[in-house]
Amino acid sequence: MKYFTFAAGLFTASMTLAQTPILTIYAPDYFASEWGPGPAIEAAFEESCSCDLQFKTGDVMSRIILEGERTEADAVIGLNTDITKKARETGLFAAHGQDNAQLTLPIEWSDEIFLPFNYGHTAFIYNTEKVANPPASFDALVNSGADLSLVIQDPRSSISGLALVLWVKAVYGEQAEAVWQKLAPKILTVTKGWSESYGLFSDGEADMVLSYTTSPAYHIVAENDLTKKAAIFPEGHYFMVELAAKIASTDVPDLADAFLAFIMTDQFQNIIPEGNWSLPAALPKSQWPQAFQDLPLPEKVLFYSEEEAANLRKETIEEWRRALSK
Amino acid sequence: MAPRIVQISTSALICSFVLLPLLAVWGQADGPTGLGPADWSALRFTILQAALSALLSTLSAVPLARALARAQFWGRAAVIRLMGAPFILPVIVAILGLIAVFGQNGWLNTGLRSLGFGSFSIYGLQGVLLAHVFFNLPLATRMILLGWATIPQERLRLGQSLDLRGFARFRLIEFPMLMTVLPSAVVVIFVICLSSFTVALALGGGPKSTTLELAIYQAFRFDFDFAKAALLGLVQLGVSALAAVFALGFAWGHQLGIGLDRPIALGRHSTLQKYLDGVVIGAALLFLGLPLLLVLGNGLGSVTSLPAAVWMAALRSVLIALGATALCMLLSLSLLSRGGEAIATLGITVSPLVLGTGLFLIARPYVNPFEISLWVTLCVNALMSLPFAVRILRPEMSQVDANFRWLSASLGLSRLGWWRWVVWPRLRRPFGFAAGLTAALSMGDLGVIALFGDAERATLPLKLYQLMGSYRMEQAAGCASLLLILSFGFFWVFDFLGRRNA
Repeated sequence: MKYFTFAAGLFTASMTLAQTPILTIYAPDYFASEWGPGPAIEAAFEESCSCDLQFKTGDVMSRIILEGERTEADAVIGLNTDITKKARETGLFAAHGQDNAQLTLPIEWSDEIFLPFNYGHTAFIYNTEKVANPPASFDALVNSGADLSLVIQDPRSSISGLALVLWVKAVYGEQAEAVWQKLAPKILTVTKGWSESYGLFSDGEADMVLSYTTSPAYHIVAENDLTKKAAIFPEGHYFMVELAAKIASTDVPDLADAFLAFIMTDQFQNIIPEGNWSLPAALPKSQWPQAFQDLPLPEKVLFYSEEEAANLRKETIEEWRRALSK
Repeated sequence: MAPRIVQISTSALICSFVLLPLLAVWGQADGPTGLGPADWSALRFTILQAALSALLSTLSAVPLARALARAQFWGRAAVIRLMGAPFILPVIVAILGLIAVFGQNGWLNTGLRSLGFGSFSIYGLQGVLLAHVFFNLPLATRMILLGWATIPQERLRLGQSLDLRGFARFRLIEFPMLMTVLPSAVVVIFVICLSSFTVALALGGGPKSTTLELAIYQAFRFDFDFAKAALLGLVQLGVSALAAVFALGFAWGHQLGIGLDRPIALGRHSTLQKYLDGVVIGAALLFLGLPLLLVLGNGLGSVTSLPAAVWMAALRSVLIALGATALCMLLSLSLLSRGGEAIATLGITVSPLVLGTGLFLIARPYVNPFEISLWVTLCVNALMSLPFAVRILRPEMSQVDANFRWLSASLGLSRLGWWRWVVWPRLRRPFGFAAGLTAALSMGDLGVIALFGDAERATLPLKLYQLMGSYRMEQAAGCASLLLILSFGFFWVFDFLGRRNA
């Protein structure tokens, strides 16, 4: 019987006491796994809320849209700006009620619904032991010889892949398709998601991988490995931000508000750098961990508003597809 | 054969489990939708790569199975058991294994360069085909090998006494057997490859190699266009169904005649043939074994340092695999007919993404989908393995039926006696293989759990992705090794139980 109970326990989530209110937050899988920031955030929030915070993982936005008004989520975390236009149009979200002036982002943020909690920039990461002379600018990358190999993500299946095509568009505008044609012979392959790309890069299959400016921090902090670097381009890097929001129909609005307020606290923000390997959205640079303070970061940040990004998406993906299909 | 009522109800159950989710997703549609030019080119590429993959896998499996059927050497049983391992790997692991051998800095290119040759690029259609053959060659080989085992000894002896050699023997004895086995092997591999996505993209080298599954994924993740996802899912199902109908119509009936049910011995063959067989088997071993060994070796050192959560996930995956195996084998026994084979194919014709979402929509009004996510995973895994199980069991079952039905009827053997004394002793070998395959497949499948799993119910493949997603490539490699060991362990144990004393 003991074994049966044990086996049954494996299949059912931990039981919670009936009187404890539950705050359900939809989050991406990487966020809530034990290697993401989720568990630390959950523990920190539960210390003060006298509630049970539960992360439900999966494809956050698809599920919210499928569930509509009947969603059991009280809040969501981990949305990207590229899809916020559709998210906003559902009318399912309520104002976050936080003061945007507290944010320490490199861009202006005035959204009343979606609250940033961390950010980073697209960047090509290389291994200093294999690439002695990394391209010093986007132009240099585009015009480099075909012996430099890149792995990137598909803009149709990956957020970072989409950020890349927007990045190219932001730098080159009308010339984007021509630039893609020049990049094409250097692109070893395109993967479904970030993990496959980074795995190929880690195995030494390609010289550079599309990732984030903050990626080297993981290798420095966790592995004491100083050989992974982001190539910083003076043309600017595309800004990627992750957002949280409150669900309008929540049955625990006070808890949801408390959680959004908690996002802006130093306690939450301090978990982000080494939990999510990205930059905190509301913490001055002087308070970042040393490794993050030392990271080379771009001086120029490129960003499309959700309106612009939504309008450009089809066109930029099509340019990318045409150029790489040749 | 199972009673008719069982056959019909099983078929109805499977149809509804596959088709209702599709309809549920369709029901989310806001308005009509259509396919764009990019979708049509994706459809063309999907069919092209799936057809080529299926043909290449089965055609190269014929000489391999033939060599394995007649060669006698130490370790033959182990080699045959290895046939099945690539098929059960999570795709991301297989890709990294293949890259380690065939990639830019893989063994092959390092060797070629040191010999002064140019390098081979895995990225392109050739890479997609290479990976699909890697996945499916073992499956095809085992299916054909089981076909060889159904050739009655008496036919072979008759062939020998007529001094049939070379082509004549192939045409009169082996070809008819192949025509009963190959079409269904081609179809099942074709259908698996139709929903290829991660492999096709990563090894295809870019958007030239876009498959329908990617379009489905895009419709879900970015466009939230559920009608389009359902439409694409329907197209995928239609192509699979056409292929199934075509091939099953093409397949020959059982023209082998009946025999006395004794083990086969293909008889004498020349020294040259022996060497050729050796070369074929050696090449296949190298092709299939090397990537696996590299994956295993890469992560073996990190297995013991994996955190407790990974072991819990492993235990969860083991339980799911056992449950899925039991369910799948139970269902497959009632589908051992031509129609049953077609029904069973349904399990892999619907995109996992569409299936998962549909099940989520159906379950939602009644239960919290998270609470049942592992049970759903179990059912979906059983369903996805069903086509393989049925295909593996059916040739033997038909043979038993043809050989013994009349004798058993004349002896007045009860239904129980028929299964216990006639069917089971003959079916247990393919049964063990099918059960092993189901268990291993279920272990390695990421499937629907990725859609609505939660951290407390993660399976081992999901943990692998989580580790990779948080930069922990070394632990991910350890996780991959563990997954490989467990999957293969399952496969080996079931296969062994089926073959023991048989």
